[in-house]
Order: sequence, then C-alpha cells, then structure tokens
Amino acid sequence: MRRKWVIRILSKNFFKNHNPGDFLFERLTMFFALVVFLLILLMGYEMYDGSRMSIDKFGWNFLVNSEWDPVQEIFGALPIIYGTLVSSILALVIALPLSLGVAVFLSESAPPWLEKPLSYLVELLAGIPSVIYGLWGIFVLVPWIRNDVEPFLSQHLDFLPFFRGAPYGFGMLAAILILCVMILPIISSIVRDVLKSVPQSQREAALALGATKWESIKIVLLEAKPGILGATMLGLGRAIGETMAVTMVIGNTAKISLSLFDPSYTMASVIANEFTEATSDLYISSLIELALVLFVITVAINALARLLVWSLERKWKKN
Amino acid sequence: MEKELATFKFRLWRRKITNFVMMGLTVVAVLVAIIPLIFIFYYTISKGITYLNLDFFIQMPKPVGESGGGMANAIVGTLILIGIGGGIGIPVGIMAGTYLSEFGNNKFGSLVRFLTDVLSGVPSIVVGVVAYTLVVVPMKHFSALAGGIALAILMIPTITRTTEEIIKLVPHSLREAGLALGIPKWKTTLLIVLKTAWKGIATGILLGLSRAAGETAPLLFTALGNRFWSTSIFQPIASLTVYIYDYAKAPFEDWNNQAWTAALVLILLISLLSLLFKILTRSKYKTNR
Repeated sequence: MRRKWVIRILSKNFFKNHNPGDFLFERLTMFFALVVFLLILLMGYEMYDGSRMSIDKFGWNFLVNSEWDPVQEIFGALPIIYGTLVSSILALVIALPLSLGVAVFLSESAPPWLEKPLSYLVELLAGIPSVIYGLWGIFVLVPWIRNDVEPFLSQHLDFLPFFRGAPYGFGMLAAILILCVMILPIISSIVRDVLKSVPQSQREAALALGATKWESIKIVLLEAKPGILGATMLGLGRAIGETMAVTMVIGNTAKISLSLFDPSYTMASVIANEFTEATSDLYISSLIELALVLFVITVAINALARLLVWSLERKWKKN
Repeated sequence: MEKELATFKFRLWRRKITNFVMMGLTVVAVLVAIIPLIFIFYYTISKGITYLNLDFFIQMPKPVGESGGGMANAIVGTLILIGIGGGIGIPVGIMAGTYLSEFGNNKFGSLVRFLTDVLSGVPSIVVGVVAYTLVVVPMKHFSALAGGIALAILMIPTITRTTEEIIKLVPHSLREAGLALGIPKWKTTLLIVLKTAWKGIATGILLGLSRAAGETAPLLFTALGNRFWSTSIFQPIASLTVYIYDYAKAPFEDWNNQAWTAALVLILLISLLSLLFKILTRSKYKTNR
C-alpha cells in the first residue's frame, strides 16, 4: 500500500509534470548554490574548532589583554586590535573625501571622452595585486616618509602626541597611507555606481529651480547617503582585512602607541607574519582565533553594508 | 530695494564661487587618486625591466650570493595554482550562478546571493587559515592543493555573481523560443542561455583568475613556496607573489631587484590572461553567428 503511494508521488512529480532532466538539473545547480551557503558556515566552524585551545585558555581575556608574547606563550590581542582599527579608520578618514570627489567627478561632471579612460584607470588601481603595493611601499613610500614626511611633521606639529618619535619610516603612518591608496578606488567605484543610479529627475528638478551644479550634486549626494554609507563600510571591511601591503610596511610590533611614527601590527599582518613561524599548538591556536575575530568583524561589516545598499536599490526600483 | 539687490548679487556670487571651488576640488581628488597609479606603474616597469631577460623565465632561483638566475618554478607554480583554483572554482561558480538566475527567485536564492556578497568581503588571509585547517592539517604538510583550494574559495563569489548578472541579461524571448520548440528547460538553459551568455561569463572567470593570480596571503601557509622545481599538487609549490614578498623583505639588493622583475612579470601575466580570454571569446562569438 505504502509503496504504491510512494511510486505514485514519485511518478507524478518526476515524469508527468516535470521533465526528469529538469528536476535533476535544478537539484544539481541548487546543490552548488548550497555549497556556497555551507562554505561560510564551514569556515566559521573550522576556525572555531582550530582556536578552541586558545579560547579555553584565555577566554575573553584574549581580546582585552595587551601583552602578545609568543616566547612566554601569553597571547593578548588588544594592541593588535588597536592597530587594526586605528590604521583602517584613519585610512578611511583620508580616503573617503577623496573617493567622494572622484565619484562625483566621474558620474556628474566628467566629459564623456574622459569618463571612460578615467573609470578604467580607477578600476586598474583596484586590480593591482596587494603584494605589489607592498613592494612599492617598502622601496618608494617608506623612504619618502622617513626622509621627507616624518621630519616635516615632527618639526611643525610636534605639539601633537601623534607626530613624535624617531622617523623610522616603517610604521603606522606608512600603513595608513598605503591603505588609503588601496581602498580609494574601491569606494569611489561603488559610490560612482550609486550616484549614477540616482534618478536624473532629481538633478533636473534642482537645476530647474536655479541651483548651481554643486547644489544639485549636494541633493544627489543626500539621496545616495545610504549607498555611500554602504560603500564606506565595504571600504572599511577591505582595509581591516588587507594583509600583504600592510604587513610589508607597518613594522610588525605589537605595542600600543599614540604616535603614528611607531611601528604597529594588524590582525591580518600578525597572521601573515607569524603563522609559519608558530611552533607550539597554543601559538597556532591563538593565531587561528585572531583569524576568527577578523572573520566575524568583516562578515558583520559586509552584511550590514550589503543590506544598506540593497535597501536603497529596492527603494529606487519602487519609485 | 538697492540693498536687497546687492545682497542677492552677493549671494549669487558666493554660490558661484562655492560651485567653482567644489568642482575644482573633485578634479584635484581625481589627480590625487591617479598619482599613485602612475608612480606604481613607473617604478614597476622601470625597475623591473632592468633584470628582465630570458633567464628569468627559464632559470631556477640561484642561492644567496650568486647573481642571476630566474623564477621558472614560480611562474609554472602560479599557473598550476590558478589552474587548481579555477578547476574547482569555475564549475561551482557557474552552477551556483545559474541556479541564482534561473531558479533562485525565492528566499533560499536571496540568502545565497547575500552570503556570496558577504563571502567576497572575507579577507584572503582568513581564507588561507581555513584552507590550512581544512587541508594542510589533515594532510600533515603544505601542498599546492591547499593553495589551490584557498584560491578557489576566493574565486567562487566573483564567478557566481557575474554569471548570475550576465545570465539575467539574456532576453526572455530566447528562453521562450527554446521552450516553445519543446526543448526541456535544462537543455534550454545549457545550450541556449549559457551559450549566449558565454562571453560575459568568461569575463567573470577572467576577473576571478586574475585576482587569484595576484593573491599572496592565502598562499603563505598553504602552498608555502618552494625553491626547487615541483609540479606535484601534493608538494609545496612556488608562486610569483610569495617570491615577491620574500625577496622584497630580504636584505640582498640582488633579490630586491628580482622582486621588481617578478612584479612586472606578474602584471604581464595578468594582462596576458585578459588578452587571451578576449581572443578566445571573440573567435567563439564569431563562429556562433
């Protein structure tokens, strides 16, 4: 009885309404979509599993202890988290106005013959491998900072605690500048796309009321605010996770220091720099925990950014 | 009256000045953004070209102290690594993208779309750590396979999303024409929709491959690097990017110069990939007509 029922359901679903090939094809492609879905869960689990030893040993102290001492096997990530946040946030502060300028120029005021090659150049900048940025950082940017920028800053702005200390070249300042160069094309190309999708009628309405070009752009920028915020967060996520270029110029020292001249460390650069040298299991486990923290932070930032950009797209589609 | 006129004129003048200054600032921003690009290209080409010769492509790296030598093993290694990455990443990406565009108009589809975007923002070093725990730890040694898997994970989001976007651009009338002829949906999708969209999909694949070719962080502790000739996927393997990193940090001037040459070769390799795909897709497109 039951078997008959199963066969009837199967035959109905498989062979009457559907082509068996269609059914299989849908399930096959769905399987691969599921792979993408499971991949992110697997990544989180693998890192949690790998860092269990360090989580058991240090608990939440891992995040607030300011001592990172591989020799005595004491692992506190506070200076590393500090270095990550300071370098990426300051890079963002410098890069954001510049990328808004680039995006506004490309989408609002560039003549058509200039827009295409310029957009292409900006995209090219985003496509350069980060290790080449790092190479350029070591041999061009760092000497320039050591010989010109840091002496200048310490001469004229030494009343600020941020510009004191020996001009060493490798350090926070170099990391900030190189991150700035790297996230600028990313933010500006997203913002340009967002600005381009603002309905043309907004600009025309402003211009018809006698607004100047800049005043009409202000209205467009206001309209695109959530998208710009989303792009900013994507840029921040990229800066936080950027590895090679930062590792090569930041000086790799786990110490909290107000001065931007001092060497520092970021989560990504600790992993890149120390993973192959890590000898004990606890050391490796702590590095994997750092990767887990980095993973959680970037996933959260990216998820929020995507939701912002999506909500905006949906709003404009409705209008 | 005259006073009001004067205020009005002053305001207009102020607004015009603001307009002029702000539009000028956008031009300045563009210039500031372009300058680093010019610098990077200038240094990579001028410094890289001095050591660029045939030896670089066919010789092995020389030990410390001996000058000359090349990076034949790293060039082959990079190609093998992106080959493994593409071999795994391309099919997964294309199939998942096909699902999203053809069947993904539901909650599960939106979720996968969202997670793909999130995955594309995960730092490459984190992907390297995952590949380490997934492949290197069970196998107990570093291998090209582990590096390739890390690169595949990095490629999948790019390929999935571009495939989806491109397939969505295929006109609905083409699908309907196929279905009207009585061709089942899976055949319509594979033989008509995917074939029409092939050119765009290839661009997505190219983008994924060229990004993978430039990755360093996920290879540091998966493929590791190798100073000797190796093509086995179960052994550590050299790559151009890891060589650039090692040679840039090294205290030998000779090695530093070779790092610039490797950077130039890497950029040439990436450009070559894009050129190759352009030629491939162009001839494909012509024979289709």
